Amino acid sequence: MKKIWSYLAGGIFFTLLWWGVSLVLSLPIVPSPWEVVARLLQTFTETVAIHGFYSLWRIMVGLLLAILLGFPLGLSMGYYPSLDRYLAPLVYLTYPVPKIALLPIFMLLGGVGEAPKIIMIFLIVVFQVIIAVRDSIRAIPAETYYPLFSLGASFRHLFSEVLWPASLPKFITALRVALATAISVLFFTETFGTQYGMGYFIMDAWLRVNYLDMYVGIMVLSLMGLALFSLLDAIEYRATRWQRKG
Amino acid sequence: MIEVKNLSVRYGEEKFVALTGVNLTVPTGTVCVLIGPSGCGKSSLLRAVAGLQSAAGGEVLVDGLPLKPTEKKIGFMPQNYGLLPWRTVRDNALLGCRIKGTIDSGTEARLARLLAVLGLKGMEDRYPGELSGGQQQRVSLARIFLMEPDILLMDEPFSALDTITREDMQEVFLSLWRKQAVTTLLVTHYVEEALYLGNKIVLMASHPGRVTDVMENPLFGATDLRSDPAYFALAGELRRKIKETRGA
Repeated sequence: MKKIWSYLAGGIFFTLLWWGVSLVLSLPIVPSPWEVVARLLQTFTETVAIHGFYSLWRIMVGLLLAILLGFPLGLSMGYYPSLDRYLAPLVYLTYPVPKIALLPIFMLLGGVGEAPKIIMIFLIVVFQVIIAVRDSIRAIPAETYYPLFSLGASFRHLFSEVLWPASLPKFITALRVALATAISVLFFTETFGTQYGMGYFIMDAWLRVNYLDMYVGIMVLSLMGLALFSLLDAIEYRATRWQRKG
Repeated sequence: MIEVKNLSVRYGEEKFVALTGVNLTVPTGTVCVLIGPSGCGKSSLLRAVAGLQSAAGGEVLVDGLPLKPTEKKIGFMPQNYGLLPWRTVRDNALLGCRIKGTIDSGTEARLARLLAVLGLKGMEDRYPGELSGGQQQRVSLARIFLMEPDILLMDEPFSALDTITREDMQEVFLSLWRKQAVTTLLVTHYVEEALYLGNKIVLMASHPGRVTDVMENPLFGATDLRSDPAYFALAGELRRKIKETRGA
């Protein structure tokens, strides 16, 4: 509870800071927070919501695909060193390539629709997941498996008793780190070839010189990131209780 | 009955010989203690019996059949007690039954009784990181005795504990053991522990790891070991033999 209050205080601090700046500058490019909130409430259901929904959908699908592919891959690479020997170079060579630079290629290949945007998010998250899961599986001491091996445990049990709980903390951290980048990249991809999404909404408002709408967009996109962050935090809090003990 | 026949174990690329030609029989319902200097392959022997280490030669039979971890219930207690840090006391204690699929309507009641006997009542929802070494070991004992294993293998189970806790745990162990009389193989480097917990004491020597002597122990489970004159005679003999194997 204490934590929630301190975060709330932080939110109030930033809002007041913004308000102060808007009062001092008194320019249309920095509207006061109250005006923006009023505008948000007024336009949310008719225009902003649909853009927010598109952005959220793209992030969720990208994230889900990255988990579905990255987790099993990282797990296999961590568990079978021989597989890692073949795959690690491929991962390392592609990991530092700035994925966003590949956007034009994906847009030429996949059209300007949903696919390139989702692929971008997928590519950014999947590497983090692979590496985090692989490293945490590798870090499990051999003795941890002994009680299970001597009990004749199946792979299913090995997974649920050791592999999954051991990789969860780093896995969630990786998702959190990747998420921040994914949202920025999403914004960028949404400025091309779409009529929907928060990126489009913000850039469109900017070109129309509608600063109030632009701020509404920035606010919604930020809140969306915050919501996803808090969601991951909540999952982590529940799932890794054992790490905070002892 | 556990029978180890002509067992050899080798490690690594250079085929370092950890054990060679080990023969050993543990009759059903007895405790056999392995004792010897460090590096004599006691732990390797135990791991080979537990199915964690493949043998370079020879075999391990339980009740006349080759030992398979999937078919038999092997209770294995490693030196670090083998608790999963992400599982609560309750879930750690239930691990054996969970994997063997033997949880039934009576398991809950048996677990509660066992935890009460082991002094772990009220700690069911704690994690291993919140427990002392002695408490962690009690959880490990709960796991093993809840499962009612066919054989029990313990790798220096009490050596990380302080003297007083160790003596307590040895007593707790014996009282639980007597109820099930599981055929047990126990590794130790304490002479006193060997004399207190072993029906049979097997001496091992190193370079290469092998069995040098087997002693029957009349003092097994004696209530007041230290006041028994026979204890000192046997302890002295055992110490002398261990020193000899080291010198050899």
